[in-house]
Amino acid sequence: MAKKTVNTAPSQDAMGVAVAPPKHSEWRRFARIFFGRKLYLIGFIIVVILILTAIFAPLIARYDPVTNDLPNKLQGPSTEHWLGTDQLGRDIYSRIVWGTQISMEIGFAAVFSSALVGILMGLAAAYFGGIVFAIIMRITDALMALPGIILVLLIAGLGGRGIGVVIFALAFGNIAGMARMMCGQALSVKQNDYVMAARSIGMSNWRIMWAQIFPNAFPPLIVGLTMGIGGVVLGEAGLSYLGIGVPAPAPSWGGMVMDGQGYLLQNPIISLAPGVAIMLLVFGFNMVGDGIRDAIDPRLRGVL
Amino acid sequence: MALLDVQNLKTYFHTEYGLVKAADGVSFHVNQGEIIGLVGESGCGKSVTILSIMQLIPSPPGEKAGGKVIFEGKDLLKYQPNGQEMRSIRGSKLTMIFQEPMTSLNPVLTIARQMTETLELHLDMDKSAARERGIELLKMVGVPDASRRIDDYPHQFSGGMRQRVMIAMALSCNPMIIFADEPTTAVDVTTQAQLLELMKDLVTRLNTSLVIVTHNLGVVARYAQRIYVMYAGRIIESGPSEAIFSDPQHPYTVGLLNSVPKLGERHGERKLIPIYGLPPNLINMPPTCAFLPRCNAKIGRCSKEPWPELRVVGKDHLISCYANIKGK
Repeated sequence: MAKKTVNTAPSQDAMGVAVAPPKHSEWRRFARIFFGRKLYLIGFIIVVILILTAIFAPLIARYDPVTNDLPNKLQGPSTEHWLGTDQLGRDIYSRIVWGTQISMEIGFAAVFSSALVGILMGLAAAYFGGIVFAIIMRITDALMALPGIILVLLIAGLGGRGIGVVIFALAFGNIAGMARMMCGQALSVKQNDYVMAARSIGMSNWRIMWAQIFPNAFPPLIVGLTMGIGGVVLGEAGLSYLGIGVPAPAPSWGGMVMDGQGYLLQNPIISLAPGVAIMLLVFGFNMVGDGIRDAIDPRLRGVL
Repeated sequence: MALLDVQNLKTYFHTEYGLVKAADGVSFHVNQGEIIGLVGESGCGKSVTILSIMQLIPSPPGEKAGGKVIFEGKDLLKYQPNGQEMRSIRGSKLTMIFQEPMTSLNPVLTIARQMTETLELHLDMDKSAARERGIELLKMVGVPDASRRIDDYPHQFSGGMRQRVMIAMALSCNPMIIFADEPTTAVDVTTQAQLLELMKDLVTRLNTSLVIVTHNLGVVARYAQRIYVMYAGRIIESGPSEAIFSDPQHPYTVGLLNSVPKLGERHGERKLIPIYGLPPNLINMPPTCAFLPRCNAKIGRCSKEPWPELRVVGKDHLISCYANIKGK
């Protein structure tokens, strides 16, 4: 049929209804909006660079990040050491590169594990309502009342140190927010007729939650997720700065800021460089979050 | 025997302000291949009746307060609303078409995903078979270029086309009864006519029963074989559609018919008479006839005795009224 109607404009079928317009690619539309704004593009480039840095850290770093080289300590930037060396003679540039890996690891792991639990809780609370809602919301209240720092201190006090503890503590602190966000979205999505329609065709609760409500409630959460990565990295830096984060000598950005604290006047770059790295990462992820939201949310899309 | 027999169905809602008897003793039956009209003003309990049959009333605040829904010899109200039995009936034997085609399709899933869902769920079809059947169904309801359009998203369809998709989805498992809850209210009149003709053709061809819920008398006049008129949660008149339109017996039905123009009437030939007042607030209603305050045929008994039971006034023709307007 398509062949016959190619040259007859406007093409109509037997019922007098114009045939479908050519299809747009969803991806192309996404890309056009996402990359159409400079700020998002910059954020995206930063994130891509950081991710690549994390993956290829062994190739990019010029020195071992933990080996001391005391004779060359506290040097300024040079061709040898691009960002100079710290108080133990370690190459700052290499430590930042390796630190990217740690930050990314913690950021993604904490956000995704908290999202998994939070989304499940939020969806269930919103969908079932009533007593389930009450119980889950009280749990989130309890979680919110527990600061991540105290949690890490507690675990550290019980003898645990390391990346795993940091991830766990930061994820734990994020769950409540995720659950709240998901719950709010799901509550409003739940009111839609298509959810009733899904029930009217005999779909199970589980399927309705995941196939009907979740895809509609998720887009606003993407912002929360991507920005959450920035937040978690910041949180990790905070913990490391206090000395209860990733244990030394691992190159954690927060720890590096603390290391440089004593030498701020002589050699400010020791603290500044990792600080800028943290800032770039947070900025990058926030921009990407905004961009994704604009590009995939049909309500913000504006154009077909 | 009737395919579906609703007996004395009661659905109440508990609200902050009091008890709302949204469906208060609704009885009706549907025979195989029949088209039934359920007519009434907004808020009279039409949709609640249908949703109660399908057990889709959220609880709380809704409550199954009584009655029976006999389908294939079993009382559907005995089943858990979300239990296995009810779910296997919903969408396969009893299906629904919703009022708002703009919102009753999930915006983030393709038509294919949404159509094949039912087929995979109830008929155990595999993906490709379900897709083939989906395309076939879309062709059946007149969606042009179906094999390509099935991969589109709902926002790429017009309102009328979406309602066609909804009809196709309702038909997909060869249901026994389709409940159409104001299926054409949200589309314009030309599309409305197309859709109704389409539904009529399809249900006649497939020998499926159709229950049309509407406030539009014109819709039921043309398509329904039997009509139930509802008011304030009850059926106040029922009968074959010719009887209802040519010989209405309840003052409310008479009022409804007097308030709509007829095609072919000359200007000024007949005055349109509105029904004065508003439909009653369903919270804490008095036991007397709910139509009493607006009724122009009331007699002394009306304000003293409770809401009258249905009584026979003709062949298959029942009304719930003490007055005998034809006797006046």
